[in-house]
Amino acid sequence: MNYEELIKDAPRWPYPVNYGKENEVACDVLVLGGGIAGCWAAIGAAREGAKVILVEKGATVSSGAGGSGVDHWHCVVTNPASKISPEEFAQALLDSRGGWRNGITGYITSRDSYDCLLEMEKMGMRIRDSDDEFKGAEFRDEATKLLFAYDYTAKYCARVWGHNVKESVYKEARRLGVKIYDHVFISSLLTAGGKQGSRVVGATGVNARTGEFYIFKGKATVIGMYFPQRQWIFSTEIRGLTYSHRTPNLTGDGHAILWQAGAVMAGVEASSPGGAGPYGFPQYGYGNAQNTWYACTMVDSNGKEIPWVDRDGNVLKTVSERYRPAPGQRFFISGGGEGPDYRYRGPSMLPVKGQAGPPGAAPDKMIEAELPLYADLPSMPEQERRVIFGLMIGQEGKTVIPIYRTYTQAGFDPDKDLLQSYSLTGAPQWRQMGGGGVISGGGPVVDWNLMTSLEGLFAAGGQIFFNGDHAYAAATGRWAGQHAAKYAVSAAEPKAARQQIDAEKTRAYAPVMRKNGIEWKELNAGVCKVMQDYCGGVKSETLLKLGLKWFEEIKTGEAASAFARNPHELVRVLEVFNILTNGEMIMEGCRVRPASNTALGFTRSDYPQVNPPEWQKWITIRQDEGKVKSGELSLDYHGDIKKNYEAHSVKRS
Amino acid sequence: MAEEDIRMFPNMVTPNNPVIFDKSVCNGCNNCVATCVMDILMPNPEKGKPPIILYPDECWYDGVCVTACPVWQKGAITLNHPINQRARFKRKATGEHFRIGMPNPPPPNNKPPVSGWDAKP
Repeated sequence: MNYEELIKDAPRWPYPVNYGKENEVACDVLVLGGGIAGCWAAIGAAREGAKVILVEKGATVSSGAGGSGVDHWHCVVTNPASKISPEEFAQALLDSRGGWRNGITGYITSRDSYDCLLEMEKMGMRIRDSDDEFKGAEFRDEATKLLFAYDYTAKYCARVWGHNVKESVYKEARRLGVKIYDHVFISSLLTAGGKQGSRVVGATGVNARTGEFYIFKGKATVIGMYFPQRQWIFSTEIRGLTYSHRTPNLTGDGHAILWQAGAVMAGVEASSPGGAGPYGFPQYGYGNAQNTWYACTMVDSNGKEIPWVDRDGNVLKTVSERYRPAPGQRFFISGGGEGPDYRYRGPSMLPVKGQAGPPGAAPDKMIEAELPLYADLPSMPEQERRVIFGLMIGQEGKTVIPIYRTYTQAGFDPDKDLLQSYSLTGAPQWRQMGGGGVISGGGPVVDWNLMTSLEGLFAAGGQIFFNGDHAYAAATGRWAGQHAAKYAVSAAEPKAARQQIDAEKTRAYAPVMRKNGIEWKELNAGVCKVMQDYCGGVKSETLLKLGLKWFEEIKTGEAASAFARNPHELVRVLEVFNILTNGEMIMEGCRVRPASNTALGFTRSDYPQVNPPEWQKWITIRQDEGKVKSGELSLDYHGDIKKNYEAHSVKRS
Repeated sequence: MAEEDIRMFPNMVTPNNPVIFDKSVCNGCNNCVATCVMDILMPNPEKGKPPIILYPDECWYDGVCVTACPVWQKGAITLNHPINQRARFKRKATGEHFRIGMPNPPPPNNKPPVSGWDAKP
């Protein structure tokens, strides 16, 4: 007998529940996902005069990969202080990754990021040092009062007061009349005639509080639901639900429904080491010298400073030099090991033995130091210390309470204290989708309008294959929303197939029809274990086929017995079904690349030759009548970036 | 010491205490319930009382529940990192070791972030 059977008086569910009750609504542009990309898509489409509906699984005011805030606004190369052009920056983004990133979204963002940032200011987010709190700082442009990060010479990345970024875009979307449905989980895409690969005409949803069913119809649809973040690791004890940088409800629902609908996907085989041990919750809350903390001085346990070097290995004598390109170099990309290409490689701290170094750190360059290491904010120049801890930590939503408030209330003082660092290496079989850093993972292929291979369906933000982070989500969201609105003007009325809706209802509500079976957490952990065991750091046809066999068994076995006791649990179960679907998609994507590839973090024991020239291209996959079909795409499929941007740019009405 | 009302319970989920409500300050406005990305908080059946933390193991500690609270600075709601997420720090001048959540902590540093707690353009 289960313990639960003994409980006669558990509290009632606080919301009225009506499983399967249908709500049907229609619009010009349907936006799936209310994160940064989704909100910008809704704003972009609404401004074009479209009637817009936005659907979000969590709460739009705070949800999404960039939901809790932003401290760096990347790619602002068109700001007046920038020393480089969007063309050279976009080309550098591609070159620094050997071409393995999305050339379309990289250029759209390089052109539009600064304009989006100016819009953010109008919407209520602070972007400049108007109170002159950093007057005279090396990273400040005196004319615009913008503050910059990383490369103080080139000035392409802005530091911002991004704690209220979501609140700002949420309010703007509402002001423009966007109808927002919060707490509705998108469960499937509706296609013309219910056929895989046909025009997308809408989506179905399940309310995570009431269990009610939604049929959303849109002449055009934008999908911005990020990429899978809970695919390999599941442990609430070690790291919480998430193992990544992003909120744990980013379960790759967008990828799963795209895959089921027959969209062409690229780069899904790419993964990188993930789940870097504990200290996952207070991201940026341990001593380090990367990202938000770039380029904080680190010292060892005896107070000995860890040296910084330029791209040629020359030791840098001052803190200031860590923010400057090397002699003869026009600019560097990010820093701290971000740019593997010598042309754009920035200064970096020498890696220390026993401590995880920057990606790709050469073992022969590792130095000895007495662990643990500490971030030595007190030794940093006053303005650098204040901009790192007071602004970047203090004004970024994900850090303002978890770190700034919590740490200072515990007595931490950046003027006096050294913050400890930790060796952040996870188990080798712990992976994360995509390339890590600001690069996202595999996903749907898009054209210059950001339309996917499915007619009427546009994609934005981290949903798109190998796109970037926050600024990319804003720029591509706005672009996709504009194009979706334009498409909707002449698009035929969307007609959903009743058969497809009925089949989806049967599938989606099956877990609440059962009184017992497997619960979602065990199922999630099981699926993740299959990913670890059969799709880990080293892959082969034998392993992948075994993994797929496991998944097939789980689908017809354990998953077919999954049960849920309320709408919240139902949505968690449906998420895990998506993790299972994505697991299959990823393994199929791995099978069709018979070549190891360093840029994709892809190692095959049965094809050990690394980067063979004939496989230096994207391999695409899709489902057609349930069968996996593969194709290919050249790395430069974006063509002439400037010409294409201008040909596809929507002049704002 | 004979206790009469000892019950059977399953183990608690881990971690299980992501936020701490101060009943004397919280007015049960449920702003935190509305903003939680993971929807882990449920409104209290009794009006005016702090929400129920129904799914603590789903918390990802972004703290939006705290900033959504109109009286968070009065301590109505406090984020509480689990023990395996409590970072250490060392005072440079004295070499003293501290950590988040330690007993007898050093005095709080009450300096607000650059531009204050609610910076706008």
